[in-house]
Amino acid sequence: MNEWTTQAVRQTRADPESAHRLFPQAERKGGPRARPALLALLDAGTIEALYRNGDAGERLSILRALPDLDLGPAALPIVEDALRTNDTRLIAAALGPYGSRWLDDHAFRQGVLKCVFMSIPLAEVDGLDRRHDAELTRMLADHAAERRAAGRTVPEDVLERLR
Amino acid sequence: MRIFDPHIHMTSRITDDYERMRAAGVRAVVEPAFWQGQPRTNVGSFLDYFDTLLGWEPYRAAQYGIQHRCALALNPKEAGDLRCAGVLAELPRYLLKDSVVAVGEVGYDSMTAREEEIFEAQLTMAAEADLPVLVHTPHRDKTAGTRRTLDVVAASGLPAGRVLVDHLNELTVGMVADSGCWMGFSIYPDTKMDPDRMVAILQEYGTARMLVNSAADWGRSDPLKTRQVADAMLAAGFTADDVARVLWHNPVAFYGQSGKLALDDHEAEAPAEYAGNTIKRG
Repeated sequence: MNEWTTQAVRQTRADPESAHRLFPQAERKGGPRARPALLALLDAGTIEALYRNGDAGERLSILRALPDLDLGPAALPIVEDALRTNDTRLIAAALGPYGSRWLDDHAFRQGVLKCVFMSIPLAEVDGLDRRHDAELTRMLADHAAERRAAGRTVPEDVLERLR
Repeated sequence: MRIFDPHIHMTSRITDDYERMRAAGVRAVVEPAFWQGQPRTNVGSFLDYFDTLLGWEPYRAAQYGIQHRCALALNPKEAGDLRCAGVLAELPRYLLKDSVVAVGEVGYDSMTAREEEIFEAQLTMAAEADLPVLVHTPHRDKTAGTRRTLDVVAASGLPAGRVLVDHLNELTVGMVADSGCWMGFSIYPDTKMDPDRMVAILQEYGTARMLVNSAADWGRSDPLKTRQVADAMLAAGFTADDVARVLWHNPVAFYGQSGKLALDDHEAEAPAEYAGNTIKRG
């Protein structure tokens, strides 16, 4: 941990509100480990506020840190927000280990299908084998039929799921 | 040829523009916050706009191999609307963001006392956030407005080298050159400045502290005007180094004062799907 991060951790421990000033600058000034180090000190409400006020980079850092934070389902609104965006980085991160653990079946299937539409490789979806169900198979099969009807190819990772 | 457009409103442009800009040599842009033609009526409307400049727009630009940074401020056209005054309280947290490389556009529109107060408040904010400032000069009564702009900048105590005064012409360039501020020129199809007049100004004043932009937005404008200036410079006998100075190194030096520019300096490759349908609809 560099000097900046050590100081930022100390300040955040003493006053969690200071995270609102420190977190946005943390990666630039403290390197890649600084944002996760600050998040580890914060409660779910503060983390959600940081996410709402965050730029794309901050949001990505939060989504990627979620599996290592002990938040239970409290951070689901963050994941659901990321899945509403049109940014492939945020969507892929939302379907990491945390989203895979806590999203309900409907939201998870919609997330997987959104990956297919946005050319995010299904290999990036955490726990897909565990969460795959008959309804998702039907949705992927319908998508493949729609692609073929339009004379388009069906992505290989979708075909694999249909075999 | 590598071009940095230091002032362009990409939220108003379509992906075809990004494609043509990339082909013309544009590799980096700064999008300053301005008005959108339709006046906004509340603070939230600005925050969504700022979030777009920090999120969706750089993402869209990156699909075309163009690096997108922004400048944020409450713009002069809307500074007089009391419903939008709360934007000032939100700005300091936005100025901390990695991709915010300046405060801007600030300055005068109708030269009212209210505009001046907000202009001054944002110059103070820039000093506190350690950011350079992009200053818009008014379209109406431009010469008097530019003179008064320079007085406000001088009184703020900000070093002239951290201020870019934009939308200059033959009548206003001299006073800005004397002030030590950077000089910006918006090259437009009809109004403001055109490529040949720009070349004449560069011949008279040299290339130091000179920036050329398209200021392309939702009105009649052209995101390729920067390239046209580069070509006109070469045709008039300027060297490739001169062109690189005006169209790349000067904007890098000006916005680099933020300490946050961090451009990928080698030739950024456009993503593999550049030629295809790149903005996916999920």
